[in-house]
Order: sequence, then C-alpha cells, then structure tokens
Amino acid sequence: MEKDSFIKKYGLLIVTGLVVGAAAVLLTAFGNPANMGFCIACFLRDIAGALNFQRAGYDAEIGTGIVQYIRPEIIGLVLGSTIIAMIRKEFKPKGGSSPMTRFIIAVFVMIGALVFLGCPLRMVIRIGGGDLNAVVGLVGFIIGILIGIVFLKKGFSLRRAYQQSMTEGLVFPVLMVALLALVLIAPDFIIFSKSGPGSMTAPILLALVVALVVGILAQRSRLCMVGGIRDAVMFKDFRLISAFIAIIVAVLIGNLILNKFTLGFEGQPVAHSDGLWNLLGMVLVGWGSVLLGGCPLRQLILAGEGNTDSAVTVTGFIVGAAVAHNFGLASSATGIGTGPVALAVACGFVVLAVISVANMAKLEG
Amino acid sequence: MMVDARGYSCPTPVIMVQKAVKASSPVSLEVAVDNQCAVENVTRFAKNAGYKVSVADFEGDFKLTLTK
Repeated sequence: MEKDSFIKKYGLLIVTGLVVGAAAVLLTAFGNPANMGFCIACFLRDIAGALNFQRAGYDAEIGTGIVQYIRPEIIGLVLGSTIIAMIRKEFKPKGGSSPMTRFIIAVFVMIGALVFLGCPLRMVIRIGGGDLNAVVGLVGFIIGILIGIVFLKKGFSLRRAYQQSMTEGLVFPVLMVALLALVLIAPDFIIFSKSGPGSMTAPILLALVVALVVGILAQRSRLCMVGGIRDAVMFKDFRLISAFIAIIVAVLIGNLILNKFTLGFEGQPVAHSDGLWNLLGMVLVGWGSVLLGGCPLRQLILAGEGNTDSAVTVTGFIVGAAVAHNFGLASSATGIGTGPVALAVACGFVVLAVISVANMAKLEG
Repeated sequence: MMVDARGYSCPTPVIMVQKAVKASSPVSLEVAVDNQCAVENVTRFAKNAGYKVSVADFEGDFKLTLTK
C-alpha cells in the first residue's frame, strides 16, 4: 500500500488555511469589522442589505441601515473558483439534487449563523481573536455536525445531480460580475451603510484580489469548515481539519502581532455572550451544513464551479439573511434579536429533522 | 462489481464505497464518479483501506478501479 507524503497530503490545505487566516487579518487591518476579515454569512447579509432586502438598524437621519454593502469578498471567492475551475477543466454545470430542499435548509442555516453572529469561517476567525463565545459556538457546531452524521450513516442523501447546460452553470458567476459592476458604479438605488459594520470595509480592489486568491486556493484544496470535522469523525481523515486549525493559528499570530488579541467573553467585537443561543445557533448551522454537503464558504466555491444546487443554496442564504433581520431574529452586540428567536430556531430544528428523516433513502449501488 | 456514484457530491460517494467495502470486502471494485473532488476523496479512502487505485475516463466522467 502506497502512503502519500505529509506534504502531499496536508501541504495545500495547511497553506490554504494559513493564507485564509492571514487574509482575514489583513482585510480587518484595512477596514473590515473586527474578527470579520471573512464571514460568508455576514457578507451575504450585507449584500441582501445593499439590494434593500433588509435594512436592519435603519437610521432615518443617516438614511441607511447598519449592514448594507456589496462585499467584494463574496464576488472574489466565487470568481476565483470559476477561473481556476475553467482553467483546470473542472467547471462542470450540474444540478437537480433537491434544490428546493437545499433552499429551505440554507434559510435556516443563515438564521442560525445570524443568531450566533457568523458562519463557521468567522467562528474560526473569532476563536483566533480570543473570542471565547466562538468556542461555545464551536461546541454547538460539532454537536450539529454529529447529528448530521447520524443521518448520513442512515443513508441520508439529497439524491444525485445531473449535468446542466453551460448557460445555466454560468448564471451565478455572471451574477457576481453584475454585483461587481454595481459595487464599482455604486448607483443610488444600491445602499451602502454609512454607519455600523456595513460601513466598515476594506478597499474594493484589495478585498477583490485577496478573495480571488482565497477562492482559487479554496477550490483547489476543497477547503470546508464542516467537512473538516465531518471527515475526521466519519473517515478518520484529518486533511480538511488541518486547514481549520491552520486558520486559527494564522489569525492568532496575526492578531498577536497587531496587538488585537483579547481573550474573553465580554465586549468581543460584533458578538454577544448569550451562551445558549451561541450554541443553539451553531447547532443549526452544523447540522444544516452537513445536510447541504458543505459550509457556506464551500457552497460559494461550488457555485463558482457551476454547481447550480449550491447557487440555489447561496440564494437561500441571502433570503435567510433578509428573514433574520426583517423578523428581528439576528443577534447584535447587545444580545439576541428582539423577534421570535426561540420560535425560529425551534422551527429550524423541526424542519431539519423532517428533511433528515424524509431523505433517508437507501443509496443506489 | 460497480458502484455508480455519478451525480453524488461528497461525502456520499465515499460512504457508498465504504458500504460496499464493508459488505463484502471485495478484491476489486469499480467506482464511477463525475467530479474531481470525489475522485480525490474516494482515492484517499481506498488507499487507506488498502486498495490500489487507478483512474480512467468513463463516458466523460471518471471510473476508479480499486484492487487489493
């Protein structure tokens, strides 16, 4: 039996993790909110805001909400994946693997992420910044993944996807190009926050280029936050989790160098310290992401490769973000939302349970 | 024996192969997948399970041949 060398096995993933971590610190140093160099959930939420699907924290005097901006990071991640997939002939339009089910799961994953205040990637970045609330989130995330694995082992599958036309596969990447045009032109009908996290932004070109590089590396390495823990538990495969750890190490070192590391629960940037909801929010994210086959970052990368199921999933994230803010489900630095948070999270668990059980078909082959 | 995992995204192809290996520990097994990510994941799983793996083109997709 041939064994691959350590570098061949882990090299690309560790490099990717280190680059993602360094990129996150860099983007924060250049203007992104603290511990939010990257956050797929937050950035998709900001895009929902820019398109006026939500205007959380609307201030009549200023005329904008606090989380409205077209984040070039999202555009760069998707297009980086598209470019490298095209070059390596891995751009293969496909879809049809229960798209509507994926959409619904995505809505609840986003609600869970906004109760916690971050996607799994931001959770890892927050841990690297010393935010102990994110460690509570990690516990919830692992619980959610373990629940998802139970159903995977019982034969859960959203069924197979089928080849689709090049046109269909290109819709999502082209949409990203359109968003890029909108952020560059900044027409009046697109709203950019003048206060709050949405107003804290790295320069467009820097954000775009950094995200393109990360998108390319993430496509090549198949980086996935949920896959790391899932594969470690299911297959004793520690490749993806090595990137997960590398991100924490890079962010930690970066924050220590810039003197931005603060250990503790209270007063952490764009975070709250309500442990129960930090935990439950991430259970929802972990479980839902296992059902989807990957974390929000991975969905962006797959959508960039022409996977239209993932494109539908990302659309579900955007709708979920609008729902979360319009119904007061999203948390803020002051605590959980003022809307029916418990009801929404409970609904999420019921919906995921029904979807998990209803799709436990015997696998063919 | 052939496991047709075309259209499935990971980890499903790996789970399908894992089941087939557990069920009968075959000396050889063919696996069809339609994406590079699944090729890498199934290859890694198979090598860890003590198989040699070769990859060939299969109707525009990939066919992995696993042999002990």
